[in-house]
Amino acid sequence: MAKRSTPEINASSMADIAFLLLIFFLVTTTMDVDTGIQRQLPPIPENKDQKTDAEVNKRNAYLVQVNSRGNIVVNGEWVNNLEDLREDAKRFINCDRDDDPTLPEMEEITVEGIKGTVKTSKGIISLQNDRGTTYGRYIEVQNELVAAYNEIRNEASKKYFNKPYDELSDEQQGAIRKIYPQRISEAEPKNYGGKE
Amino acid sequence: MAVMGKKKKKTLGAISTASLPDIVFMILFFFMVSTTMREVELMIELKGSDLPTATEIKKLEKKSLVSYIYVGKPLQQYQKIYGTEPKIQLNSSFAELSDIYEYILAERAERDEAEVPFMTTSLKVHKDTKMGIITDIKQELRKASALKINYSARQDMGY
Repeated sequence: MAKRSTPEINASSMADIAFLLLIFFLVTTTMDVDTGIQRQLPPIPENKDQKTDAEVNKRNAYLVQVNSRGNIVVNGEWVNNLEDLREDAKRFINCDRDDDPTLPEMEEITVEGIKGTVKTSKGIISLQNDRGTTYGRYIEVQNELVAAYNEIRNEASKKYFNKPYDELSDEQQGAIRKIYPQRISEAEPKNYGGKE
Repeated sequence: MAVMGKKKKKTLGAISTASLPDIVFMILFFFMVSTTMREVELMIELKGSDLPTATEIKKLEKKSLVSYIYVGKPLQQYQKIYGTEPKIQLNSSFAELSDIYEYILAERAERDEAEVPFMTTSLKVHKDTKMGIITDIKQELRKASALKINYSARQDMGY
């Protein structure tokens, strides 16, 4: 046979094939990172004798109620907009203050990494909602409460470590969390308005 | 191009496209690796914009340890059978409240025992849903002692 070299495979369509695959993956890709508000639910109390929210000393409780129309009531008083709620919650959480009978009790604790004793409050934020509240509104309120905690923690971390909270090491963050533990309780469901 | 060798005169050759497939393959691999295909077909109305927005959100880490609960209005094609009231979807079927307990136990059984405490339940809920059903779900989760939850929300881009 005459020398017949094997013909080279034409690779020019390779690009087309690759493009096709590329476009397929481009279209099907959902690069959504799942984000959300982290929460810890309270365990179901094993015996009924445990302290319920109502028995917590009144000055230590910050009761946020959201009704089915999305209105917010804090300790029996209307709050008109979300910004006010954040400021008000911050005032409640803050323990860098003098003793005040209208604000929660405080106790002195020692925290690793911080010199001397620091004050921490015994306040608990309790969030109640109606069955008819929309989920969107509920999350807005949750968000405001978490934001209040985050801002307060940020202030504390600037005071003790001269750095924003996000830039602290894990131990330092732990110390700040010890001063300001996030106590937002999602109360046992109650049905205010009868049927939804 | 073959003619080029014979002529002494230098002409500008066509730009070589030989490396084009390589480049495209590179992009392709990037997308293949970063792609997360949606595992469940949603049977409820829940577009990205239907999730509530929030500013204080955290990234959900370790996706393999997350179980999802979807709540929302059934899609148009299911409304004849299931009505328009918000329904719960677990995996790829509608479920009742009482199924949540079983679902959590099943999810837990699939994981390593050491990882169980780190498991999170992500609630993906349409923002117009009424809290009644959410409260019930939360009670079910407490019963199953799946206490770590995540209210799925989008980043709020400012007011």
